[in-house]
Amino acid sequence: MKPINQKAWWLVLPVFICVAFSAVLPLMTVVNYSVQDIISPDRRVFVGTEWFAAVMRDEELHSALWRQLSFSLAVLAVEIPLGIALALSMPARGWQASLVLVLVALSLLIPWNVVGTIWQIYGRADIGLLGAALAWLGVDYSYTGDATHAWITVLAMDVWHWTPLVALLCYAGLRSIPDAYYQAARIDGARRFAVFRYIQLPKLRGVLMIAVLLRFMDSFMIYTEPFVLTGGGPGNATTFLSQYLTQKAVGQFDLGPAAAFSLIYFLIILLLCFILYNWMQRVGTADREGAGHE
Amino acid sequence: MQLTLEGVTKRVGAAMHLYPLDFALQPHAVTVLLGATQAGKTTLMRLMAGLDVPSQGRVLVDGDNVTGRPVRERNVAMVYQQFINYPSLRVADNIASPLKLRGGLDRATIDQRVRELAAKLHIDPFLDRLPAELSGGQQQRVALARALAKEAPLMLLDEPLVNLDYKLREELREELSALFASGDSTVVYATTEPTEALLLGGYTAVLDAGELLQYGPTAEVFHRPQSLRVARAFSDPPINLLAGSVVSSGIQLAAEVPLAVPLAAAKTLADVTERSVTVGIRAGALRVQAQPGDVALTGRVELAEISGSDTFVHVAAAVGPLVAQLTGVHYFELGAAISLYLDPAQLYVFDARGALLIAPAFPGAR
Amino acid sequence: MARIDLDLAHSYLSDPKQDSDYALLPLQMSFADGGAYALLGPSGCGKTTLLNIISGLVRPSHGAVRFDGADVTARSPQQRNIAQVFQFPVVYDTMTVADNLAFPLRNRGVPPERIKTRVGRIAEMLELSGQLNQRAAHLAADAKQKISLGRGLVREDVSAVLFDEPLTVIDPHLKWQLRRKLKQIHHELKLTLIYVTHDQVEALTFAEQVVVMTRGRAVQIGTAAELFERPHHMFVGHFIGSPGMNFLPARWWDGVVETAGHTLRVAPALGEVLRAAGEFTLGVRPEYVRLADASAEGALMAEVTQVQDIGTYWLLTARVGETLLRVRLSPASAAPQVGAKVWLEVLGPHTCCYDRDQQLIATGSESAAGGASG
Repeated sequence: MKPINQKAWWLVLPVFICVAFSAVLPLMTVVNYSVQDIISPDRRVFVGTEWFAAVMRDEELHSALWRQLSFSLAVLAVEIPLGIALALSMPARGWQASLVLVLVALSLLIPWNVVGTIWQIYGRADIGLLGAALAWLGVDYSYTGDATHAWITVLAMDVWHWTPLVALLCYAGLRSIPDAYYQAARIDGARRFAVFRYIQLPKLRGVLMIAVLLRFMDSFMIYTEPFVLTGGGPGNATTFLSQYLTQKAVGQFDLGPAAAFSLIYFLIILLLCFILYNWMQRVGTADREGAGHE
Repeated sequence: MQLTLEGVTKRVGAAMHLYPLDFALQPHAVTVLLGATQAGKTTLMRLMAGLDVPSQGRVLVDGDNVTGRPVRERNVAMVYQQFINYPSLRVADNIASPLKLRGGLDRATIDQRVRELAAKLHIDPFLDRLPAELSGGQQQRVALARALAKEAPLMLLDEPLVNLDYKLREELREELSALFASGDSTVVYATTEPTEALLLGGYTAVLDAGELLQYGPTAEVFHRPQSLRVARAFSDPPINLLAGSVVSSGIQLAAEVPLAVPLAAAKTLADVTERSVTVGIRAGALRVQAQPGDVALTGRVELAEISGSDTFVHVAAAVGPLVAQLTGVHYFELGAAISLYLDPAQLYVFDARGALLIAPAFPGAR
Repeated sequence: MARIDLDLAHSYLSDPKQDSDYALLPLQMSFADGGAYALLGPSGCGKTTLLNIISGLVRPSHGAVRFDGADVTARSPQQRNIAQVFQFPVVYDTMTVADNLAFPLRNRGVPPERIKTRVGRIAEMLELSGQLNQRAAHLAADAKQKISLGRGLVREDVSAVLFDEPLTVIDPHLKWQLRRKLKQIHHELKLTLIYVTHDQVEALTFAEQVVVMTRGRAVQIGTAAELFERPHHMFVGHFIGSPGMNFLPARWWDGVVETAGHTLRVAPALGEVLRAAGEFTLGVRPEYVRLADASAEGALMAEVTQVQDIGTYWLLTARVGETLLRVRLSPASAAPQVGAKVWLEVLGPHTCCYDRDQQLIATGSESAAGGASG
């Protein structure tokens, strides 16, 4: 006898349908493409895992993957510490706090392609503030000509665009630490760094985990900004994974390999996030485990 | 209103939150659910309210099976530990909300009813304020007024005073008692504090680890706990429990303290087959001045806790740890030698399985 | 360690005008070196503000804080060398229990050998020795609070250790054991301890001297016995004890005390004081009201409205005129029935008399209360 009312399940149905149409069906289409050679709309041949094998052997893809990985790690290495530092230096209350919050959040409100355009102009040696300033300093700066410059410029653009997100998350995390902790630390005679190391950092753990995951996933899928700014060049210096994928799918219309590639791309992101998440969980819960035994 | 639970259980996953219980609440009276945290008080209340459905068994209201009927369709009022009010509504609108929902009442009637309740709970000066502008005690008064406004036949209160200062608690408890007495609702009041149960009177149900151990008039449950577990749950300070064994002259505590038990009780003991028993002594039964016939228990003072009206002396005695409750303020040096005196007529004796064998006579016994 | 003298007032407003603008009204107070004190009062009475002023977390708007005679008003908690324990446990999650306890000492450059022995001693006192190498995070709340207590007590040279309702998170069944620990620790370490609480048991058990506060005012400083037997202010009578003191409005009329339609005769010395007062309030604790014979000296007739069995005693409520009196009767006595007329002795050696400012002017056992009326 279980008189539990099961009607509530029907309420989940619309969401279920939406997800099916928006995620599951397209994904299945991609899976479908990835195992066929589509010569024309009427002529298609089942090729099994051939496209996957071809993609895995693709040298260009390998280098795009490494470029992507190093870029994403560089993004994390710069944005996370910078975001924390920014959050720590923001005022906690009063009108200054509100003002600073708005200023910090400003770059988050700009559309991706506009960000690309802004930096395109900003970095130009003739009229751009940055480019001109560097030229005046004697640096032969050109994000269109020099691979390293291009790479650094894309990184700087991402840092400029997204560090505020990390900062805002950390800011919210910092505000949620009860005052008693700071008072206790003052009374214990802790110096500024000790307060950061033993109170703020441990209490920010949860927030930082979210920040790292968000920034990692997002930067791993970066497309619009470098596309607008450098178009992937010079050479392939700033051709990251998604741009390479687009070149394949749209530019060369290799739907089969592109589909196989998308699936691999999807799995890579899933895998990396899984590894990252688990690693951070373990780092965080090492304290908990420690409590269980001597 | 007659609320009856028949063979009700609650299981969450593999964990049993409530073991099978049959429970017929005394209608139009206050029933105190007494038990430590995690005893199952809140679980039981949620079943009574209809917020949860029992895993097994039936819930009956006036003989009507309401198992599975959602709380919206029942007429129940509930008050929680946290001060829960509508934050954006003025105090007056908070109190009026159940009246407005009921419909069919004109504004003047609602207004008058709100004023009456506010006056009863001493929040009439704050009717135009928002809950956040009130102190904790006042906020809980608003929540109580709202629950009372509903005039539900069943009113459930889940530790409503636990988050208040003790003086406020005292005041509000008295007012609540008077309000319950003047109303007609069946009231269920959960608390962890034995003293609160005694002050509220009425009926008490003792819960422990998901089991309903005993239900009856409060004084009777207190003075005649059917088991060791009830005695333990319904004593504050904790009842002193000592291991003893039945001997021909009465009961022997530890090795050297013989207790001669009164004649009537001796007869009960004679029928006991097992020799080992547990002796229970309520803290109030121990004193520092000997009276004729008393047994002395010696030890060292661990701590004297002073509440003002009472002093609770924790003693490491030869027979085991003891707590004595003395009226007024008394000082004891930590570690000082002390003798506590006990009238053997005040003994509780439980058999090896924890069932009550002997209890002191209590004044209200009929 | 230090003797602490306060002579101050505090308002959170920049321009306080009336009494209610002050979180703390002007007060003078001294805490002796090595004493155990409690600040007791309902929420909002100013006790936490006072504690934070002593520790240096809040700077008083008026007056000064002196440690051993030196003005420390402008100094920070570190400079005052104060330790403080908060209501909710504050532990450094990533450190072990031992590191937590050692933290205040390390910050002050105490030699490692010294730290080790001191941490060992404190851990032993608080029964944390078995957990020294565990991470502090995710210990039970009471263990965490013990760590907080330990960090407060670990420094030998502190001026005072301040506690802000430190037992809030402790399970009721464990509270008495921690109270005992704190008392023992006070005995052994001889530190000046100041304890803030709204719980009378906590304050009266812990402290040698209790400061009772209400609405920004310290109304009495005294031992538990003094607060119970001779409350200097009606608030103290009401606040200490449960139920609190009974109060009966009374006046001096033609050589006798008139209250609730009865006339009571008093000793001449007490009469002198009461005559000067004119109108006053009689205060008598429920524990000291006795059932008396009809028309007995110092007794009033009352109607019993409620009889409660509180297990260890009877609690009687009886109406005298407009006033409800509470009476605590021994369980041995036969309790009267509801509705019965009883005579209650309200005038005895423990009866207190209060003037219109709610200050004690006399008690039944002596005529004057030694300048309690300010």
